Amino acid sequence: MDWSPVWISVKTASLSILITFFLGILAAWLVVSIRDGRAKMILDGILTLPLVLPPTVAGFFLLYLFGVKRPLGKFFLDFFSIKIAFSWGATVIAAVTMSFPLMYRSARGAFEQVDPNLTAAARTLGMSEWEIFRKVLLANAAPGVVSGGVLAFARGLGEFGATAMIAGNIAGKTRTLPMAVYSEVAAGNMDTANRYVMVIAVIALLSVMLMNWAAMRTENQRK
Amino acid sequence: MEHSDNTNLLEVDIRKQLKEFRLEIQFSCGRGCLGILGPSGCGKSMTLKSIAGIVTPDEGKILLRSLERDGREEEEQILFHRERKINRKPQQRRVGYLFQNYALFPNMTVEENIRIGLKSQGKKGLPGKGERLSRAAQDARVEEMIRRFRLSGLEKRYPGQLSGGQQQRTALARILAYEPRVLLLDEPFSAMDTYLREGLRLELARVLKDYDGASVMVTHDRDEAYQLCDYLLLMDNGHVLTAGRTRDIFQNPGTCQAARLTGCKNISRIERLGARQVKALDWNGLVLTTEQEVGPEIFAVGIRAHDLEPAADGIGINRIPVGNGSVTEMPFEWYVTLENGLWWKVEKTIHTHDSAGVIPQWLTVQPEAVLLLRGE
Repeated sequence: MDWSPVWISVKTASLSILITFFLGILAAWLVVSIRDGRAKMILDGILTLPLVLPPTVAGFFLLYLFGVKRPLGKFFLDFFSIKIAFSWGATVIAAVTMSFPLMYRSARGAFEQVDPNLTAAARTLGMSEWEIFRKVLLANAAPGVVSGGVLAFARGLGEFGATAMIAGNIAGKTRTLPMAVYSEVAAGNMDTANRYVMVIAVIALLSVMLMNWAAMRTENQRK
Repeated sequence: MEHSDNTNLLEVDIRKQLKEFRLEIQFSCGRGCLGILGPSGCGKSMTLKSIAGIVTPDEGKILLRSLERDGREEEEQILFHRERKINRKPQQRRVGYLFQNYALFPNMTVEENIRIGLKSQGKKGLPGKGERLSRAAQDARVEEMIRRFRLSGLEKRYPGQLSGGQQQRTALARILAYEPRVLLLDEPFSAMDTYLREGLRLELARVLKDYDGASVMVTHDRDEAYQLCDYLLLMDNGHVLTAGRTRDIFQNPGTCQAARLTGCKNISRIERLGARQVKALDWNGLVLTTEQEVGPEIFAVGIRAHDLEPAADGIGINRIPVGNGSVTEMPFEWYVTLENGLWWKVEKTIHTHDSAGVIPQWLTVQPEAVLLLRGE
């Protein structure tokens, strides 16, 4: 069995959850802080879009942005000599895009569950907004934020449609585990596909359990 | 409201359009506790939140004057001034806000909760005498507060591990640690079991007495208001009904709404019969003599349920026939409903359960106990 898809998937999922986690939390904080209802709704719609679009359509948009002749893709090529489409980086971009809405939505929900009196109290106590974000909002929304992270990680690990569009299925380069499963099944190698499936199931289960354990620990500490 | 015996510290004059009504409130208060008494959803909490800067009024101003020890004005601090486009952030107002649910940070221990307000002192833009405190000064202050609010031994506990009373003490310690210029108390006992309330009220009364600045307490409980507040503001639907010294307002509420808010159970519309004589239309046309002259603006009379007394017979003024009354037993009182609809409360001991002989044939009320009420 070729182990490169496992390695690529682990790398892609790990890097993308790091990016998604922070972007998602910051986006959630931004949206929660917006007072204007209409602006909030529009921004929320845009940020949630990848979740409601078919992954191939989202991938199409990404290709449209990052293709070599497209604005962003051209920019990276001209200034950094980096070709994004159909590189390993593209698998990360696809995973981040597709897992971002889950992270953002979970974090936002968790922030909105925090008693507004806590933030109001923090303000009257003189805490700065950044301090309030870290010590009040984030600290008290931690279980919800972490479970959002679990969802986003799982989504990134299983990303297929958008990856296929922008990163393709290049063995040893952009072939992630879901891609490998698809390719092996298409080629009729059910045994190899089977092994890949086992690996991905184990990774997914372990990571979810690990994060649940972490969430449980923070909660038990205060009881 | 005028307080001749002290200098005004907090001046509020704000208007804000809310969904149900328009909030229009104006008052000033100095040292001592001002109570805002009113039914739920009358704009009381909104007033406190405006002072703290959590919500922004549409119009008006909120001033907080700091006074030096000799009474000379040190600075006039504008918290909010619509015309002058001043709206200080809550962080810059240095107010102490005791939330209904205390709003302790669940992720911080008692000690950390108290310290957090001290850490922010002296930051850029924080006015007043907030100086940056050294770590040692913070430690000392936290320790002092822990001792003062009897939280020793609980320093490392999280709020979820405290009783309601301990939570309230922690919240008060957290606020008073940074010496706020005004104390705002939002229904301090509503989250508390009844049996805990009375002890805690005495405790809070002590805290308020020791506090140098102005404090404003919002409540819908008339006992709380009477016990803790020197001055009272009765509020309904965003408007001030009446304001004055707490005792005066309870003795002479002036309007029907105020009478109801201060706990007057019996209110009846009247027909004026003479200078000091009225017919109570809602009590089967009972004729009552009043002490004060009944002006044309008087719309109703009120009689507190405790002010009725048994009478030997029906001869004399203000005799009220009991008729077919009904009796309800409470631990320390009989609630008697007269045939004409009046309520009467009679004290009893916990050992008495037999209401026989409790109800006389006749009741009477002193002319000065008949409250004259303007309509509204």
